[in-house]
Amino acid sequence: MITATNITKKFGRVTAVSGVSFELADGASLALWGSNGAGKTTLIRCLLGVCRFKGRASIGGVDVRRRGRHARALVGYVPQELAFHDDVRLASAMAFFAGLRRASPARAAQSLAAVGLTGHERKRVRDLSGGMKQRLALAIALLSDPPLIVLDEPTSNLDAAGRGEVVHTLRALKQAGKTLIFASHRPDEVIALADRVLVLERGRIERDTTPAELWPTEKPVQVVRLHLALAREEDAADALRRAGHAVHLNGEGLCVAVARDRKAEPISTLARHRIEVRDIEVLDDVQIPGVTS
Amino acid sequence: MTTLASSAITASDGSPGRATTPSRSFVGGIAAFARREFRDAIASRWFLLYTVAFTVLAVGVSFLSLSGVGSHGFAGFGRTAAGLLNLVMLVVPLMALTAGAGAIAGERERGTLIYLLAQPVSRTQLILGKYAGLAAALVCSLCIGFGVSAAVLAWRTGGVGITAFAMLVAFTAMLALAMLSVGVLISVVSRRSAVATGIALFVWLTLVFVSDLGLMASSILFRLRVQEIFGLAIVNPMQSFKMAVIVNMNASLDVLGPVGAYASFTLGRALPWVLAATVAAWAVLPLLLATVLFARRNSP
Repeated sequence: MITATNITKKFGRVTAVSGVSFELADGASLALWGSNGAGKTTLIRCLLGVCRFKGRASIGGVDVRRRGRHARALVGYVPQELAFHDDVRLASAMAFFAGLRRASPARAAQSLAAVGLTGHERKRVRDLSGGMKQRLALAIALLSDPPLIVLDEPTSNLDAAGRGEVVHTLRALKQAGKTLIFASHRPDEVIALADRVLVLERGRIERDTTPAELWPTEKPVQVVRLHLALAREEDAADALRRAGHAVHLNGEGLCVAVARDRKAEPISTLARHRIEVRDIEVLDDVQIPGVTS
Repeated sequence: MTTLASSAITASDGSPGRATTPSRSFVGGIAAFARREFRDAIASRWFLLYTVAFTVLAVGVSFLSLSGVGSHGFAGFGRTAAGLLNLVMLVVPLMALTAGAGAIAGERERGTLIYLLAQPVSRTQLILGKYAGLAAALVCSLCIGFGVSAAVLAWRTGGVGITAFAMLVAFTAMLALAMLSVGVLISVVSRRSAVATGIALFVWLTLVFVSDLGLMASSILFRLRVQEIFGLAIVNPMQSFKMAVIVNMNASLDVLGPVGAYASFTLGRALPWVLAATVAAWAVLPLLLATVLFARRNSP
């Protein structure tokens, strides 16, 4: 479905994505994993052909750079947060995107119904909650029934219930044969949805792996958020990564995926690097598919 | 939500995960953006404000023109067209430049541009569609203003001089398209919409006030010849517009002094066409440049 060859994207002197190559088969799902600034969003934008880059990318055999419009017809894109004019009514937004994607009004209504937004057509976009906006974005992405769904941190602005709904929907899409590429900061999402994980760091692929290899445990994994002095967060993230942990910096602390019975391990690692942990917070439980807790 | 897997994601041929609809045709994509832009524009405050202001001013000028001739039914449209000329030169470029300036920069600032570009459309379709939608909205706004003014004139004076008035409307529409084109170009090169609006206002001031003064100063300082002054004058679309309207009112360009006389003498019957072509070039060339620059941008 997707072939990416040596994708490189620079912003001035800063290299956001450097020599990224991978292939993804029809019906597979790929997670882009990495800390903020690792290049996930930029890589997604390159794959969508919305920014200029070096290298080659094709979707369904269609060259993204040369025939971007046709390549994007095969993609439904769900951004981190739906960016649309706030004054527009939901029905009007759907009609506009249905027009762009050559979807019939009946199909638009079906998509809205499918994400549970029927009855909200008269609401303006600004009156929708974060979860509803995300569902609207998903409805728009599915308008023309594209074979590939690309999602950029689709649950980052949602509460636990909203996240659960979106993950549930994406699993249904995957089971229906859609190819998924998504950027995520959440191990639970990656474990639930991805067949493969590309770990990006400073724009490069650090590892091309699977969720089970990335979090090698047969016990349920938990995410712990460590609160540190802001100035030491980058050092701490580096130290933990070198120790083999999956780490995510999201501006509200350092999130680390650990086995349930090894929650203190990141603290010990940081203590060895003389980095003080001020507080620790245990986040949601996560389940590895096929492994009972 | 649970129905999604069984309904929304199954292709119309029943096979999962296969695209069944290609991207829109090139013109279809432009039309989709144009429709949305038109709807957004006519629902916006700026459209309402400009339309009301232009209509009130146009009707006001019409009444003033009538009071000057005693409303005895002669030359109403012609005199009003002359009166409206200065109003048009002030208001219409401001409307068009600011509308164009927000077109791309506003989307970029709101973060909506990346989402639009992620759809099966090209950058060229997006920019041309936005231009077409805004152009339609602007022309509608002008038609309302001129239409109300024309209704007042027709009621008070009959149809005398209506051709000159119609030509004023046509040339005003061309000027609006030209200034909109410049506004869109400004929008493409500006990261923020406030910056784009600021540049648009600066361009408006330059075209409306500074260029005239600059031309006068240059002609004195550099002792420019009359043909050079004419050449420099028609580079400014406002001056081309003004001369074109005056010529089409069957008036002599002698009112513009030696430069006008030179233009009339040298170009003769071709003069209106040259002036119209100059304004048209301002509608086409900046838009073309904006389209090329937008298509070549490194990022959204």
